[in-house]
Amino acid sequence: MKRFNRDQIAARVAADIPEGAYVNLGIGLPTKVADYLPADREIFLHSENGLLGMGPAPAPGEEDDDLINAGKQPVTLLPGGSFFHHADSFAMMRGGHLDICVLGAFQVSASGDLANWHTGAPDAIPAVGGAMDLALGAKQVFIMMEHQTKSGESKIVPACTYPITAVGCVSRIYTDLAVIDVTADGLVVREILADISFETLQEITVVPLKRMAS
Amino acid sequence: MIDKTFASLQAAVADIHDGATVMIGGFGNAGMPAALIDALIDQGARELTIVNNNAGNGDTGLAALIKARQVRKIICSFPRQADSWHFDKLYRAGEIELELTPQGNLAERIRAAGAGIGGFFTPTGYGTLLAEGKETRLIDGRHYVLEAPIHADFALIKALRGDRWGNLVYRMSARNFGPIMASAAKCTIAQVSEIVPLGALDPENIITPGIFVQRVVLQNDVLQNDVLQSEGAK
Repeated sequence: MKRFNRDQIAARVAADIPEGAYVNLGIGLPTKVADYLPADREIFLHSENGLLGMGPAPAPGEEDDDLINAGKQPVTLLPGGSFFHHADSFAMMRGGHLDICVLGAFQVSASGDLANWHTGAPDAIPAVGGAMDLALGAKQVFIMMEHQTKSGESKIVPACTYPITAVGCVSRIYTDLAVIDVTADGLVVREILADISFETLQEITVVPLKRMAS
Repeated sequence: MIDKTFASLQAAVADIHDGATVMIGGFGNAGMPAALIDALIDQGARELTIVNNNAGNGDTGLAALIKARQVRKIICSFPRQADSWHFDKLYRAGEIELELTPQGNLAERIRAAGAGIGGFFTPTGYGTLLAEGKETRLIDGRHYVLEAPIHADFALIKALRGDRWGNLVYRMSARNFGPIMASAAKCTIAQVSEIVPLGALDPENIITPGIFVQRVVLQNDVLQNDVLQSEGAK
């Protein structure tokens, strides 16, 4: 089976981000989406530590300790960008001002519950950061993840077995196999990205899938 | 004449008492008041409750305060990091208490304290482990969790410039928790890279008005000095 690699998934997500969108890209895999945003669109990147209009990584030697993103990596600010404090930054999310958040996930349930902050392992030190805020922090929450775990189990599940990050928050799932919408009528396949049939995708996914009405 | 400037870091932190709740600004190294933290380590107050986004990185700053066994409890959103070994060790040994709160709730709890709000309903955390035991309410079809303000005895923050009335401006993403922590503490101590005369800060652009700041102390800082020089301020 030919699956999308991580860069291809990032490019696929980026293609769905429209001109003028206010967007937060979560730490980890979603950060890659920034590399594929179409150059002809003005898109505002938000970083929850207090930046809007975030630009790419600085040239070597141009890093500034006071100009970092939520992953604590050096970044730049575009002309027109702004700085603000943490409470304002999270008000932008919680208040529904952002258009799109892109997040990674351990699991997504059939009803759009998200698990991405804690494996539930008894010896793990819990750490949540902005995960729960981000999960509710935009008009649309896009998830970007591998379709299956390393051992081949579906990460789209009837109900999350890991501790959840937020209830019913996911709008759309982008995986190495497909793009799937979470709707009131269940999971609807928008697009199959791998060279597999709908039936094979269904077999892998466990949770009932629907074909998008054409 | 009102002069909130202090001559030394030591004098600025001298009265932080054992058992105090201390907010410490910064997100990573950006905005971390490292010199004030070092002064607090030298001062030696113990059994502190610390409020910060993280639980220390590497061996300096908040990590050094934790290593010095001065912290009884930490309220933060993201304690576990690749280099949070001093916290990890004490946590696993049961020698430090953790109150984990989502980052936006942490910020809003601090803001609420500063704004005199007795609590607020937030959607963040609803239905999760971090809302267990908390009051919930359905408002206009959406579920919310009641969160409490976080007040502090002291806040240690870092700003770029301050004046003798305590007005502050910050630098880029180093602003992060500074303005809200300043409002939430009984005594806010700001470490600044430059103290300027009254009137030198543009009133349209003062980020933290002096009413929220009790002490200002000058701390020369290599990075910040470069900035001031490049701006022609020095």
